[in-house]
Amino acid sequence: MTAVLHTSDPVLTAFADDVGTDGPVAIEGARTRWSLGGPLDDSARILTAPTGVVEYTPEEMIVTVRAGTTVADLHSELATKGQWTALPERGGTVGGAVAVGQNDFRRPARGEVRTSVLQVRYVSAEGRIVSGGGPTVKNVSGFDIPRLITGSLGTLGCIAEVILRTNPIPAIERWFASDDTDPFAVHAALLAPGAILWDGTTTTVQLVGHGVDVDADVTVLTSHGSFVEVEPPEAPSGERWSLAPADLPAVPELGIGPFVAEVGVGIVHAATPQVREPLDPGVRLIHERMKNEFDPAGRLNPGRVVGAH
Amino acid sequence: MSLIERLRSTLPGGPPAPSGDPLLDELRVALSPDRVKVDGAQRSLLGKDASVFDGGNSGPICYPTSTDEVAAIMRIAEAHGRAVVPRGAGTGLAGGAIPLGGPVVIAVTKMNKILEIDEENGVAWVEPGVINLDLTRHLQPLGYHFAPDPSSQQVCTIGGNVANNSGGPHCLAYGVTNAHVAALEIVTAEGEIVMLGGLDAEPDGYDLRGVFVGSEGTLGITTKIAVTLTRNRPAVRTLLLSFESTRDAANTVSGVVAAGIVPAAMEVMDQRITQAVENYVNAGYPTDAGAVLLAEVDGPEAGIDIDAERIRDIGLENNATDVRFAQDDAERAALWKGRKTAFGAVAQIAPDYYLHDTVVPRSKLADVLDEIYAIADRHDVLVMNVFHAGDGNLHPLLIFDGREPGVLDRIHAAGGDIITASLDAGGVLSGEHGIGVEKQKYMDRLFTDDDLDHQNRLRRAFDPVCRANPGKVLPMGHSCADIQHLRSVPAEVWG
Ligand SMILES: Cc1cc2nc3c(=O)[nH]c(=O)nc-3n(C[C@H](O)[C@H](O)[C@H](O)COP(=O)(O)OP(=O)(O)OC[C@H]3O[C@@H](n4cnc5c(N)ncnc54)[C@H](O)[C@@H]3O)c2cc1C
Repeated sequence: MTAVLHTSDPVLTAFADDVGTDGPVAIEGARTRWSLGGPLDDSARILTAPTGVVEYTPEEMIVTVRAGTTVADLHSELATKGQWTALPERGGTVGGAVAVGQNDFRRPARGEVRTSVLQVRYVSAEGRIVSGGGPTVKNVSGFDIPRLITGSLGTLGCIAEVILRTNPIPAIERWFASDDTDPFAVHAALLAPGAILWDGTTTTVQLVGHGVDVDADVTVLTSHGSFVEVEPPEAPSGERWSLAPADLPAVPELGIGPFVAEVGVGIVHAATPQVREPLDPGVRLIHERMKNEFDPAGRLNPGRVVGAH
Repeated sequence: MSLIERLRSTLPGGPPAPSGDPLLDELRVALSPDRVKVDGAQRSLLGKDASVFDGGNSGPICYPTSTDEVAAIMRIAEAHGRAVVPRGAGTGLAGGAIPLGGPVVIAVTKMNKILEIDEENGVAWVEPGVINLDLTRHLQPLGYHFAPDPSSQQVCTIGGNVANNSGGPHCLAYGVTNAHVAALEIVTAEGEIVMLGGLDAEPDGYDLRGVFVGSEGTLGITTKIAVTLTRNRPAVRTLLLSFESTRDAANTVSGVVAAGIVPAAMEVMDQRITQAVENYVNAGYPTDAGAVLLAEVDGPEAGIDIDAERIRDIGLENNATDVRFAQDDAERAALWKGRKTAFGAVAQIAPDYYLHDTVVPRSKLADVLDEIYAIADRHDVLVMNVFHAGDGNLHPLLIFDGREPGVLDRIHAAGGDIITASLDAGGVLSGEHGIGVEKQKYMDRLFTDDDLDHQNRLRRAFDPVCRANPGKVLPMGHSCADIQHLRSVPAEVWG
């Protein structure tokens, strides 16, 4: 009897052989977030993950895709059926986006990366193909390996393939900007904005949904300030601060230079890096044990540490 | 001074009388004598949960009122080499809260305070014993609710929801519990108090919060939870679609999903359960329909009818014999009351039921349902179907009278076939009830040995000696020291 999640896909098996069973190894995506977690040890052999959309079932709203596929390629295929995923389009690969776990700057509209990974297959430190989660949109069968792998920066396993939840691209997407508005009042007033960005002066709001809903939201916006319709903004770049939503009004006082804050979410994009607190000792202990359980010899992505500052 | 002497010396009313059992004495000093129970009635009551499985043997049952007390219990249990089992309301259906091997049971029902509503950060901090519906009732006037709404929401606890990653009819659009937890304070089996996740947008480190949700009490106990607040929707439309067959209802569900609509809820009930519900609460369901689909959309008023009308049209394309829109809140509430009391309603038909829980791809719903009826016939048991159709989450309800000799064997055989049919259709073992003791033996049908080994490693990172809720989730042979551990408890010790 073969387990349902068993795979004999030769492409994945070949990747597992590449990873092998010993020696330091790291997977490169498009190197858009290559420096996260610290410098990679020189000793590491650098591999790339397999590519390709394996199966796309738009009517189930799921897609099986290999980790080396670029997010752009994935999304251009999904767009043919009016869908996309929560993965941010920043020039990177699917595996990289999952390993990093950071969300798109329009998180309310796009959803969270961590809730969109339904199943993951990775090559373990022992060179074995391991699967976690499952192909359905709802699942509590055993421990949540997809959650663990998402955001683990390749330190627990080499991501080979994922099943992602897809979402319909909203019928209408429009952007509005205003220089005389309180972004937090706008956030409180709108039911489900796609994104609210604020740079200390300008509030830029994405409205999504049915045309009539967007029209109704425009009326709400104009009651808060003088909004004009604008082109969709570029994704903010630079360093990424993770704050609580209630911390955002005080960001201008932090003296961190130009910034773009994601109102209601808590991410701030700025030129200077955030000085993060070290992990709480109790959390660090679980981290160390986790790494030790999954990669006792420390061969996966050596030099990189998740949550180390 | 020993721990027990030190603890005793600080007690205002003097030490409780020694019982002769050091474990019990220490627990009584750490809590208070009246919050550590060992009487037979309590132990037999808390030996079971809402599942059909035989009760286990509990050791002392503790009712802590604070995180520090939970940590003290953990350390005392560890010093005595005893396992611990977290427990909420005991409504779990997979046997997750059944104590195996005489563990110390930690019932969190007295930790039931809503600690803080933090609107700016969009969260509420609650203790684990808060009842799901109590939280939503508390939030409603402020314009919010807690999105997961299991049918058991009048009694189940938020801690239990976290442990089982529980869902409910309205989790289709909003997601199950895991999407609604920002941070968790936990106490590990070693007695460490640890905060997982956080209120900031992307907390550092591995997503241990996400990993803890759904871990069924095996990674420790949660003592404080930051749940996210979901805004109440300004407009709601509720539709009741009637069909001649469950197949047509299921095809409608697949059609709605395929059309890119994500309704707030899509629940299907077959004719048998609809009739039982109608007899029970008079909710206004048609008793002559082969199946009904209860669908709900919510959102801003302006566009609300667009999706509602598309759902109606997809229903009509799939042979709906009638489509009714709830005219007011009273009618909507009656329909939902019917749906949520479905399990109570079957009590009129037979005294016992076994509620199954599997998930299949939505396009396979109709085929798997047909197969489930055939399986029930084959094993000569009565099955009713009421389920979260929108996410493919089947809930076949096997109805029986436990006094009939041999009936449980047939029930379990039918259940096994239903699981097999779901897996064969590309599904998974559980959508919201968890694995517990119910589905351990099926885990290797879904996962390979390597997969299970990695789940076990994840578990050991939290609890290296497997003292939190041993004997659950992972099948025997995979659950680290579970088996030795359970065997190491001498028979004469509690239970
Ligand atoms: C009639 C009926 C209808 C139901 N409908 C639904 C439904 O629609 N959707 C659904 O998802 N479920 C449903 N359930 C199942 C059940 O109600 C849920 O699983 C619920 O979340 C369990 O909560 P509880 O407080 O009763 O937990 P318990 O049964 O006491 O415990 C369940 C598991 O959680 C662990 N646990 C409890 N508290 C903690 C804690 N603080 N920290 C760590 N672990 C803990 C226990 O060890 C156990 O493994 C239903 C049950 C019944 C009887």
